[in-house]
Amino acid sequence: MSHELTWLLVAVPAVSAAILLLGGKATNAWGHLLGTLAPVISFAFGVVLFFQMRGHGSEERSETVRLFEWFSVGSIKVDFTLLIDPLSILFVLLITGVGSLIHIYSIGYMEHDPRRRRFFGYLNLFIASMLLLVLAADYLLVFVGWEGVGLASYLLIGFWQHKNSAAVAAKKAFVVNRVGDIGLSLAVMSMWALFGSSAFSTVNAGAEHVSSTWATLLGLMLLLAACGKSAQVPLQSWLLDAMEGPTPVSALIHAATMVTAGVYLVVRSHAIYEVTDAASTAVVIVGTVTALAGAIIGCAKDDIKKALAGSTMSQIGYMMLAAGLGPAGYVFAIFHLLTHGFFKANMFLGAGSVMHGMNDDVNMRHYGALRTPMKITFATFAFGYLAILGIPPFAGFFSKDKIIEAAFADNTVIGLCALLGAGITAFYMTRVMLMTFFGKKRWADDVHPHESPAVMTWPLIILAALSLGGGALYFAGHWIVDWLEPIVGHEEHHPPVSALVMTLITLAVVAVGIVIAVLKYRRDIPREAPAGSPVTVFARRDLYGDALNEAVLMRPGQYLTRTLVWLDNRGVDGLVNGLAALFGGLSGRLRRFQTGFVRSYALSMVFGAAFVVVALLAVRLS
Amino acid sequence: MNIGWLTLLLLLPFVGAIATMLVPKAKALTAKQVALGFSLVTLVLTAIVAIGYHRNGAEDYAETHTWIKAFGAHYALGLDGVGIVLVVLTALLTPIVMIASWNDASHGRWSEKSFFAWILGLEALSIGVFSATDVFLFYVLFEATLIPMYFLIGGFGGPQRSYAAVKFLLYSLLGGLLMLASVVGLYVVSAKAGEPSYLLSDLMKLDISQNTERWLFLGFFFAFAVKAPMVPFHTWLPDAAGEATPGTSVLLVGILDKIGTFGMIRFCLGLFPNASEWATPVVLVLALISVLYGALLAIGQTDIKRLIAYTSISHFGFIVMGIFALTSQGLTGSTLYMFNHGLSTAALFLVAGYLISRRGSARIADYGGVEKVAPVLAGTFLFAGLSSLALPGLSPFISEFMVLAGTFSRHKVIAVIAVLGIVLAALYILLMYQRTMTGPVRDGIEKLKDLNAREVLAIAPLVVLIIGLGIFPKPVVDIIKPAVDETMQRVGVTDKAPQIPVTEGQK
Repeated sequence: MSHELTWLLVAVPAVSAAILLLGGKATNAWGHLLGTLAPVISFAFGVVLFFQMRGHGSEERSETVRLFEWFSVGSIKVDFTLLIDPLSILFVLLITGVGSLIHIYSIGYMEHDPRRRRFFGYLNLFIASMLLLVLAADYLLVFVGWEGVGLASYLLIGFWQHKNSAAVAAKKAFVVNRVGDIGLSLAVMSMWALFGSSAFSTVNAGAEHVSSTWATLLGLMLLLAACGKSAQVPLQSWLLDAMEGPTPVSALIHAATMVTAGVYLVVRSHAIYEVTDAASTAVVIVGTVTALAGAIIGCAKDDIKKALAGSTMSQIGYMMLAAGLGPAGYVFAIFHLLTHGFFKANMFLGAGSVMHGMNDDVNMRHYGALRTPMKITFATFAFGYLAILGIPPFAGFFSKDKIIEAAFADNTVIGLCALLGAGITAFYMTRVMLMTFFGKKRWADDVHPHESPAVMTWPLIILAALSLGGGALYFAGHWIVDWLEPIVGHEEHHPPVSALVMTLITLAVVAVGIVIAVLKYRRDIPREAPAGSPVTVFARRDLYGDALNEAVLMRPGQYLTRTLVWLDNRGVDGLVNGLAALFGGLSGRLRRFQTGFVRSYALSMVFGAAFVVVALLAVRLS
Repeated sequence: MNIGWLTLLLLLPFVGAIATMLVPKAKALTAKQVALGFSLVTLVLTAIVAIGYHRNGAEDYAETHTWIKAFGAHYALGLDGVGIVLVVLTALLTPIVMIASWNDASHGRWSEKSFFAWILGLEALSIGVFSATDVFLFYVLFEATLIPMYFLIGGFGGPQRSYAAVKFLLYSLLGGLLMLASVVGLYVVSAKAGEPSYLLSDLMKLDISQNTERWLFLGFFFAFAVKAPMVPFHTWLPDAAGEATPGTSVLLVGILDKIGTFGMIRFCLGLFPNASEWATPVVLVLALISVLYGALLAIGQTDIKRLIAYTSISHFGFIVMGIFALTSQGLTGSTLYMFNHGLSTAALFLVAGYLISRRGSARIADYGGVEKVAPVLAGTFLFAGLSSLALPGLSPFISEFMVLAGTFSRHKVIAVIAVLGIVLAALYILLMYQRTMTGPVRDGIEKLKDLNAREVLAIAPLVVLIIGLGIFPKPVVDIIKPAVDETMQRVGVTDKAPQIPVTEGQK
């Protein structure tokens, strides 16, 4: 059985990363080729595993592969075990499939970067860690992948670290994610205390016996972790800064895969969320708030990557919302995660292609009319655009529609928010589309937009095809529902009005969004951003998330640190030195030591030893 | 008389120290080679002992000879799971420090060879401390370790080294004095019960009255808390580590300070189990303060070496917390932590030392953009930093997580607050990395050379172990286990059973 070789999925990119990062300059010439080959091999193997799995009955598709005992301490035993099941295989295919395309694209995108080999090393490290994250069968092992992708993200956001902004953004991403890690750490500790294990199988079996307080706490801890990794409110602030990384990184890590790990974590922990309404509701609220917040931020950004990053936050908010709805939403959360992986990777790479032709300018106010010089980029971007808007028959139509339906079935307010989000999405995406590809050209005279080389456009074309056809996972006989049901369960939801009416309403709202954007942005767009209304400024400043963090955490933290440093130098040390002075004028002797009478130490040792002897004898004689 | 394995381990570096000093002053290189040779042979021997211990258990290595009959003092050595781990750490770090510090001692107050001889002397005494099974012998060796360390700090290092060395000495002596009082007290108790004996095995059988036990405990604990060092007895460490050469700092923080936490397990828990349990609430709070206070101060430092020293104060807080959580995860985690911290801090100090020796400054503000000119140096620095912040996948993660989980199972509030330490750790490491290694290349950095082969050679084993034991920590965890079980039994505590035990069938 080849599922026993599942570890190869992780090992191949891990070994490749090691070769590229340790091999140094010797691997410069062919590093990018090896780096690209690794995810392709994992993808091919993933496809084999997938078809094997399909050959089994729906209840026999989960296989655990125990590699070795990681450690055992007291009654706790943690195994290095992988779980390959219908849920993890979908992630494997997404990560390695989209990952391979982005590696290929990067060959062209990073061609002139002297550190391209290292870039591929980091990308491979990411692929290996991400695969470990989704294949691990124990929460503690998930943590290893979880932090591994965080490290890769740190290294890649800061890839151009000679720029201060990139280095700062990288550090911020890591530190904010560490706040989320508090949640994951506490969750695993609680699992050890509750179940004596953090293996999925044990936790799933024990979850229903857990008190509601503990279930809620576990759910909230896991949600905190998910918020960090998936840039959900209140830990969203790092994602927009993360756009400092090279664009393929934004596509792979900060759109298609890593940032969706939080959704994976929640869905994977469904057994816990099923016994706690409070934590599930918290997930829904976080998702809804982020879906709207991200969309609003997306409306105000002139930086094409930041507009897309706001959109990513928002779309993951939708997935989170769906995951919080329980069995009615799990499948659609994952479904949307997959289609989003296609169309958002497509659009990010498209943005990269535009930047490639525009001397790395990211400001959409300097674009305009690019549909003519960049025909392929334009056409493929348009596919992504139609998909994220949810225009039938593009992939996003099926996945997002289902989430809005399920939201309405659960709660009208949440449903209305989801619907409103769809309208805002239509607005900001149309805005991006118009500012970039339509209108008059606004680029400077020394910029000569051109289409990217084939190594970059082919991945775009494939991703565009997936943006169009990805919906087949659902409309072809609800395949994804049947596929995932044995793992995460499924319940039909019942929206207040028929599905068809829901769809028509959603499309109408989307149409409104488009129309508003067209009315506003069909005219000439100034090269410099106008001051804008308070609302625009609010959105431009990321809803004052950073300002809040700075005021509440950073500043007080800095004051605290400075005060403590001062106290430690003056206070604690001074106090002890002062005490020393009190006790027999040690400070005077201290000065004498400094003048070089080192030998006197030997003397004091002799005295000390003599003291021991005397003391012992005295006791013995008494 | 048969010479036992442990005696051999102890003698070998000692003989090496003398041999190194006997080499004529003009042949400094030969002296260094002799020293390195002895440390490598000691390492090989230690490996043989460790493998033997793993296979056959502790009996083969116990040695007991009467030393001073009147006091009941013995020359008694032996190994347990905690001791062997620290002996291995000592034997491992010594040659690594020598290779990394190959040229660091040429401008010291004393000859270059004496630096290497003192290192060997320290190795011999440390091995003795970690394997002594007689309290009197332990005390003598414990105090004796101060001598080589005093000369290593005071003889080689920064301009304030004399001040730092004396401060180190005074703090340690003060702690030692209190321990001495307790050592004498133990003798009294032992003598009253019959024939006096300082053997651990005999002392454990004593029936000590509650008050006496608590006083004796406090004497030992104070000495160990100064050594470990715990807040508020910590201020000597940043001075010492800031002034000493990086190699000395590794020996100080990586090995010598572990005597404190080692002593807490073997002597505080071992001899005074009831008093240890009695002191638990206070000690845990002190440990928690150390974790957070050390980390916050590390964030605020402007000097690379002092920063690393403060990170260690935070790490030692974790170790003490794990010990006094009195759970098998906590104790195992703490023991493993001692080993892993030795590896990660050694890597951090040594790479920082490489950096500082190139630029001639330890001020963070004097650096910037190093990654651009010396990528291997920057890469190893980041790696060491990541292992110090306990990145999952690297060995320190497992020990830190065990400590936290072990604490969590009994003391939820303390553990939850301590988890904040992982965010602070990310801050102090990554801020330092960002300020020194990234951004535009600063003046004075343009011509910085990347690591040479010798420097890489010293770091490589640490990197391999940190990754290797992160993926496969089982051998070390298994070696520690029996000692932890014994200590738990001695203190009379058992782990809390899971609230909802899930049996195999239910899975």
